[in-house]
Amino acid sequence: MSQINRLTGGQIDRTQTLTFTFDGQRHEGHAGDTLASALLANGVRLMGRSFKYHRPRGPIAAGSEEPNALVELRSGARREPNTRATVTELYQGLEAASQNRWPSLRFDALGVNDLLSPFLAAGFYYKTFMWPKAFWEKLYEPIIRRAAGLGRLSGEADPDTYDKGFLHCDLLIIGAGPAGLAAALTAGRAGARVILADEDFRMGGRLNAETLTLGDQPGADWAAAAVAELATLANVRLMSRTTVIGTYDHGIYSALERVGDHLPQSPVGKPRQILWRIYSKRALLCAGATERPIAFENNDRPGIMMAGAMRTFANRWAAAAGRQVVIFTNNDDGARTARDLLGRGVKVAALIDSRADATTFAGAEHLRGAELVDSRGRLGVRSVTVRMADGQTRTTPCDAVGVSGGWNPNVHLTCHHRNRPVWNDAIAAFLPGPDSPAGLSVAGAAAGIFSTAGALASGASGAVQALADLGIKATPAPLPQAEDAPVRVTPLWYVHGTKGRAWVDQQNDVTVKDIKLAHQENFTSVEHMKRYTTLGMATDQGKTANVTGLAIMAELTGRSIPDTGTTVYRPPYTPVPIAAYAGRSAGADFRPTRLTSSHHWATEQGAVFVEVGMWLRAQWFPRAGETQWRQSVDREVLTTRKSVGICDVTTLGKIDVQGADAAEFLNRIYANPFAKLAVGRVRYGIMLREDGMVMDDGTAARLAEDHFVVTTTTANAVGVYRHMEFCRQCLWPDMDVQVLSTTEAWAQFSVAGPNARRLLEQVVDQDITNEAFPYMACGEITVCGGLRARLFRISFSGELAYEIAVPTRYGDALIRKMAGLAETLGGCVYGTEALGVMRIEKGHVAGNELNGTTTALNLGLGAMVNKKKDAIGSVLSERAGLNRAGALQVMGFRPVNPDEALAAGSHFIAANAAATAANDQGYMTSVCYSPHVGSSIALGFLKDGATRKGEILRAVNPLKNTEVMVEVVSAHFVDPEGERLRG
Amino acid sequence: MANPALSQLCALGAAQPESHVIAGTAIVEDPDLAMASLAVRVGQDRAVAAAIKNLTGLALPGPGGLAVAGDWAAFWTSPGQWMLTAPHATHEDIAARIKASVGAAASITDQTDGWVRFDLTGARLPDMLERLCNADVRAMQGGQATRCQIEHLGTFLLCHRSGEAFSALTLRSGARSMMHALETAAKSLS
Repeated sequence: MSQINRLTGGQIDRTQTLTFTFDGQRHEGHAGDTLASALLANGVRLMGRSFKYHRPRGPIAAGSEEPNALVELRSGARREPNTRATVTELYQGLEAASQNRWPSLRFDALGVNDLLSPFLAAGFYYKTFMWPKAFWEKLYEPIIRRAAGLGRLSGEADPDTYDKGFLHCDLLIIGAGPAGLAAALTAGRAGARVILADEDFRMGGRLNAETLTLGDQPGADWAAAAVAELATLANVRLMSRTTVIGTYDHGIYSALERVGDHLPQSPVGKPRQILWRIYSKRALLCAGATERPIAFENNDRPGIMMAGAMRTFANRWAAAAGRQVVIFTNNDDGARTARDLLGRGVKVAALIDSRADATTFAGAEHLRGAELVDSRGRLGVRSVTVRMADGQTRTTPCDAVGVSGGWNPNVHLTCHHRNRPVWNDAIAAFLPGPDSPAGLSVAGAAAGIFSTAGALASGASGAVQALADLGIKATPAPLPQAEDAPVRVTPLWYVHGTKGRAWVDQQNDVTVKDIKLAHQENFTSVEHMKRYTTLGMATDQGKTANVTGLAIMAELTGRSIPDTGTTVYRPPYTPVPIAAYAGRSAGADFRPTRLTSSHHWATEQGAVFVEVGMWLRAQWFPRAGETQWRQSVDREVLTTRKSVGICDVTTLGKIDVQGADAAEFLNRIYANPFAKLAVGRVRYGIMLREDGMVMDDGTAARLAEDHFVVTTTTANAVGVYRHMEFCRQCLWPDMDVQVLSTTEAWAQFSVAGPNARRLLEQVVDQDITNEAFPYMACGEITVCGGLRARLFRISFSGELAYEIAVPTRYGDALIRKMAGLAETLGGCVYGTEALGVMRIEKGHVAGNELNGTTTALNLGLGAMVNKKKDAIGSVLSERAGLNRAGALQVMGFRPVNPDEALAAGSHFIAANAAATAANDQGYMTSVCYSPHVGSSIALGFLKDGATRKGEILRAVNPLKNTEVMVEVVSAHFVDPEGERLRG
Repeated sequence: MANPALSQLCALGAAQPESHVIAGTAIVEDPDLAMASLAVRVGQDRAVAAAIKNLTGLALPGPGGLAVAGDWAAFWTSPGQWMLTAPHATHEDIAARIKASVGAAASITDQTDGWVRFDLTGARLPDMLERLCNADVRAMQGGQATRCQIEHLGTFLLCHRSGEAFSALTLRSGARSMMHALETAAKSLS
């Protein structure tokens, strides 16, 4: 039997029949259906099991607020848990499975939890599983997690792609119901840039769900016509399937657009979802309202749902929740529901109105002053117990119950900046508070204006006002005649005088009793109540439960509802896949990659690369026969020290500093003097932070009186540049100095070793003899017959060395030329690993030593801090605490037994002392195997290190459980007198 | 100016520039770009404007502006600072030429190979660019320029013709990543 509960009419396309499966069972629906509406049309009410007690559940809502009807959608790697059946568009071949049940939805063995409910009340896990402590993580939590679950993850990588994007508009209208459409027509016709976003796949909001007419048209037709007009306006962007999920600063909103969720599979390369950041000048919230339940005993059986949802299923999707319906209400919406259902041929067994003074209703038995007190039925409601106004009870058979406890305006987006909603007695609900985010106003039901005419009018006037702020003149769109009924509601949160469980938050299985227990145990603040009971948590964030829960707490404490207040609203409004937040930044595309000009050549050489920030640098260049990385690195070091080695050093920061005050600027930034550096000379310098710690080291080359090029470490290239901009713009705005990064513009190579000059003489057009171009010289030169280039005679390795730079587009040609020349001289190209070995051998400090906690004194560079001038950090570097005896000083270390390997991070302990923090003498920062020394060597910080050469210490590493006896030596393992680099 | 002894490589690593046309959107690497930064020294605004006008015919544009005159173009980058561009084939010495013209009135920094330029054309560029950067690309008119980020890469976005012709300049070392981002976005459009 197919679609037994399908009614006539509705906004579905009956010419398109779609087949789908639920728990393997095949069903049919139509285009325009949701999974929930199609299942209801097929007579399927049972769609899930509850979180804690595994109670049978069906949908209670027809939209994104749904707490119960959560399914696993799709299969394989695309399986997605916790998908709301009420917002899942039906497509051909859709596969859905119920979740949190075993072995089947109809018979769930874990339903035993329901019988154990006395032990599983609110906060049970705080009380029950306290002892022994060690059992929590290993035993209790896994068991609870298995039993109390939502859906299962696929465990596979997500095969879909996700995009992000950025939009701009004058007016963002959130929600396309009557208020949103009236606003969009008003703003769109005025020529403003408008974005109209709606989470539904069909715009119109409640106009699609009601039988009300606008003028002489059905509401849904008017909505369709409005959308059709808006679609013709180039200044209006219509975004259906788009949920605005968060409010951020300065008119920025985030929105999730589900571009492919209604398809069996997104086309290859096309995103499944797009996370948009919307920059709006003004925003108008037309998000409507959410109906709330009235809690009564066993009010969670499948078939019991919100009256408004029941109307939506019947009117929009022609799906009857049941054939014999009872309605339970505290407001006039009950009669509206009864009227609509009767009009569609559904039998209304009784309209139960808790208000004794309710307006009479003639279409069905109308029980005024009565309440529902219980329901029966194993896997769905079969009957309800009614307590009449006179206290008598009676049982009424039914297969569906529509409940209306009133409507809560969807104030969420007005609260993301901590605006608190305010209580309104007239509608018995919270309205947006007075401190809405700047630029955001509210219209329609979200503002508590529940009538259709009121929503239309407030939408139109809201748009006019918002645009007036922007200087855009708009006229309210002419509006059709529409229903304008007053709100008549008498609050009823739960039915009193019963003993069983009445459900408030169905997603978290929180009952009225649980709230009473929280009250009894003094968790009376709403925030405590939420954490103690879990009310309002999980995927629906309590959209149907929160206000009811806090109203019950208010009643228990005797405080008013406004005094009780709400919990904090936070983004996102509805669940967002983490993958959507990641967008394209996943896997290899997590970050961009920066390549140097020698990258392609290095790849051809089989280089092994290492990530250095976003850069890829060649780590070493393996040659035939080298099977282990150290063989390559040792060879590169020895070859360089014996003949010549070339290394790509492009990644080091290069900052152009120019201007009449350039020299004075550097003099203030560097701790050592720069004012008198001669043109054509380079100087090594250290920069301090304001607190006296070393920030970075590098060189500055003076190319002209008013022109320097500063180099920085690779890691601090951006930081130093930013620091300079801050100094220039904020500290000394009167100085005539201009700075700009040129890191990328020049391909720069280090050429080091005794044959460095012989190699470069075949490249450089000018005289570079020791006399013409001595140690620490620099200059703008030409290479290969006229190409502009720069040459610096600086050394990081301790060898005779230069750095040569050419415009980046020539870098590939230059490395090829120089690698060939090196080959003829018995030299090689080396990578960052050999670079590191050589700098440790030479005793140069680098990132391991410039770790943000070290001073110039610690680094053995104390004499560089010039006391005759003022420079950033020089005053605070004189703090007594940084200069007292026992300060750490950088030293070299070698193992007493040369066969032993050292480990960076080891701490120095006296030979006969215990390895405790109190006995700590310092720590080892940089370690390598030195082919020059023939053993492992290290740099490290040692208390009063300079006076302790020759001392034997223990290098203890409790993490690696190693201990090596080391000798304190000079940090300069190679050429301590520096003769080579001056040669 | 081109150096016969050393060959040039485009930013994407080949001797010839790379280009793709994806669903009507053309993405073309343009290596024929010489570029230098011009930063006015204290109190020299008028002198610099006059010298640049004399050298290039350009009136230096205000904030967010891009000006073109013959081979030359200039776009504003920050107060008192512009990037000046010209064809590389004929202006490889762009920094030296400008420096000779402005003397000590401005600081000139060669930026020619600091950047890679992608020329983008096609009717769907706004759709594509709004997936990549937060610039209000639909509102940008020809003659406007802005700075933004595309997949973490600092980018100058130049608008030549509203909605259909842009250039994106980003750090040269990130050329491959940028090309990947542009291609992905172009393919992403439905």
